[in-house]
Amino acid sequence: MSFKTDKGRVIGLGSAKEGAHHWFGERLKAVALIPLTIAFICIMAPLIGADHATVVSSLQSPLNAIALILFFVVTFKHLEEGLQVVIEDYVHSKGSVLVLIVLNKLFCWAFGLAAIFAIAKIAFAG
Amino acid sequence: MFSQSMGRDMADVNRGKRPLSPHLTIYRPQMSSISSIINRITGVALTLGFVLVIWWLLAATVGGSYFECINTFLTGWIGGFIMIGSLWALCYHLLGGIRHLIWDMGYGFDLKTADRMGWAVIIGSFVLTAGVLFCGGVI
Repeated sequence: MSFKTDKGRVIGLGSAKEGAHHWFGERLKAVALIPLTIAFICIMAPLIGADHATVVSSLQSPLNAIALILFFVVTFKHLEEGLQVVIEDYVHSKGSVLVLIVLNKLFCWAFGLAAIFAIAKIAFAG
Repeated sequence: MFSQSMGRDMADVNRGKRPLSPHLTIYRPQMSSISSIINRITGVALTLGFVLVIWWLLAATVGGSYFECINTFLTGWIGGFIMIGSLWALCYHLLGGIRHLIWDMGYGFDLKTADRMGWAVIIGSFVLTAGVLFCGGVI
């Protein structure tokens, strides 16, 4: 005998598991990435291949450092969510999906934090 | 009483035996489908570009010959190809992403507009890439 309501019994059983909240968050990050990506290209394009002193002086500018850190924070969250959708779409074994989603999260956190650490270290310590 | 687990088991009786809806392979390639899958492919491929850029950033915290080493790689044939390819992928993903946001808001679904936006994304990605490379003195 269950005292749950009809809605309570079915909630979360659909293939999507959750609703609009997650979807909206993905779009919000995508919109934020439009100006951030333009800033990223403008800051980084002149630095690839430049000498070390030029790279350090550019990343020590607070505006550049903050724009790049913002870009990497939102990009790696966007990348994590995007790669997770790709995994869910193309991998069909439940166990593999779980393992890959965990590895994806670890990868994105590790590289996102590495990027932020590197920028902060150059900005503060040269 | 009809329990939740019973419901799931009964719904699963035909698992694996149900007919599948038509897949990608039977459709004629269309501008909207091709440009959309390229958006996904560029997004996944950009992972490699970001790994290299972050490696380069970490090398910049060390400086010296270690930084010179990755700098030489990123401006060489293989590294340069990946960097310019990543720049194009980023431009494509940016424009393609804007198009998907326009679709998410409910606009641009008629065939003519969808086709035009597809061409705009493809041509625009090359124009943007060339513009950045030109400004950087690469071409």
